[in-house]
Amino acid sequence: MVTPMRRIVLWLMSTATTLVLLFGYHTSTSSQAVAGGDSAVVGPVSSGTAGGSGASSSAGGSGSTTGSTVKATTVTGDAASTRWGPVQVAISVANGTITDVSVVEYPNSNGKDRQINARALPVLIRETKDAQSADIDMVSGATVTSEGYVESLQSALDEAGL
Amino acid sequence: MTGTRAPGRPTARYVEHVMGMPISLALRGRHRDDRAARAAWAEVMTVLRDVDRVFSTYRADSAVTRLRRGEIGVEDCPPEVAEVLALGEAAERQSAGAFSVWRPGPEGRVLDPSGVVKGWAVERAAASLRVLPETDFCLSAGGDLTCRTLDPDAAPWRIGVEDPADPRRILAVLPVCTGAVATSGTAHRGHHLVDARTGRPPSGVASVTVVAGSLTWADIDATAAYAHGRAAARWLETRPGRSGLVVWEDGTTTPVEPVLR
Repeated sequence: MVTPMRRIVLWLMSTATTLVLLFGYHTSTSSQAVAGGDSAVVGPVSSGTAGGSGASSSAGGSGSTTGSTVKATTVTGDAASTRWGPVQVAISVANGTITDVSVVEYPNSNGKDRQINARALPVLIRETKDAQSADIDMVSGATVTSEGYVESLQSALDEAGL
Repeated sequence: MTGTRAPGRPTARYVEHVMGMPISLALRGRHRDDRAARAAWAEVMTVLRDVDRVFSTYRADSAVTRLRRGEIGVEDCPPEVAEVLALGEAAERQSAGAFSVWRPGPEGRVLDPSGVVKGWAVERAAASLRVLPETDFCLSAGGDLTCRTLDPDAAPWRIGVEDPADPRRILAVLPVCTGAVATSGTAHRGHHLVDARTGRPPSGVASVTVVAGSLTWADIDATAAYAHGRAAARWLETRPGRSGLVVWEDGTTTPVEPVLR
């Protein structure tokens, strides 16, 4: 399954890259459908750029497959070097149809940050978890007050690290 | 899929309170737990306390309180007041009026720059952490945070997004190396956020989390998107370079991916 996927990813990388650079990339609510389902959501950008083929690194395409007929699979290609910088594309496939194409890593036009860190995508957790099992460093939430801090997840994290 | 992470690097943590909020700092790398780290942390707190003295709407003697009462003009305030008010104007313009540092009161519009001050202040305070060589940081003020990772191959900071329906649980993880994350919602303070166009709390949305390059704009955009109510995700999608997560009142979520501009 991975091999044809990889081929699709490589093809998409050249095509999608062009689309992205020429027209910009606009999301739609299709991302909601993908994330809200049972799919894996694209994770963080992996490091660096791959060689000319864009698929030479050992990281390879990664994804998960599930048994159900309606479940989607997301495959992330390796970062490909372009003249504008690294580009990485992920596709979601359900029932043999590409349901979503997302760009995980973009060329950075201003070159300020080598990694496009400020463009992180949320990784949805299928079932909400407590701080420890989700393995997090900090919590972002609606304003935590000093009064509410003692009971907050953040205080649990801070205590664990002290 | 919560992803895998590299073997954890030792992290030192610091906590203090200012402006009625917990300030949490995590440091990794060379100066995580030494004299330079503690001096930088002290400087962070000094900057935040100074900001509080100027901007607090709770202190009778702050410049902003005196400005509100009409005792002094902007020109009599420390220069950062004009800087923050300019940010507020830009935010109001860019949010089509949903966000404003002016809120309606019984006797006309009242200046309340707190929606801009927090993110701006933390970004400003983080300057003393940026000068620590070979050291990565994640600095959070009451759930809004800014972080840095110097090594592009290092594991990102993993930021949990709180479940607005149950703040003891998290809904999503944002892997962020360098950037800022802010969340607006009503989980802890009740309905204190309003759509400035109507003066009423927005409906349909429970929280908005925004990732941006600076906490100044992550914070502003989270509040502005939240103020848009059911249009929160649509509005956030129009913002260049921002990504995030909108959690709706019914518990469903909409991830917002960044638009390349």
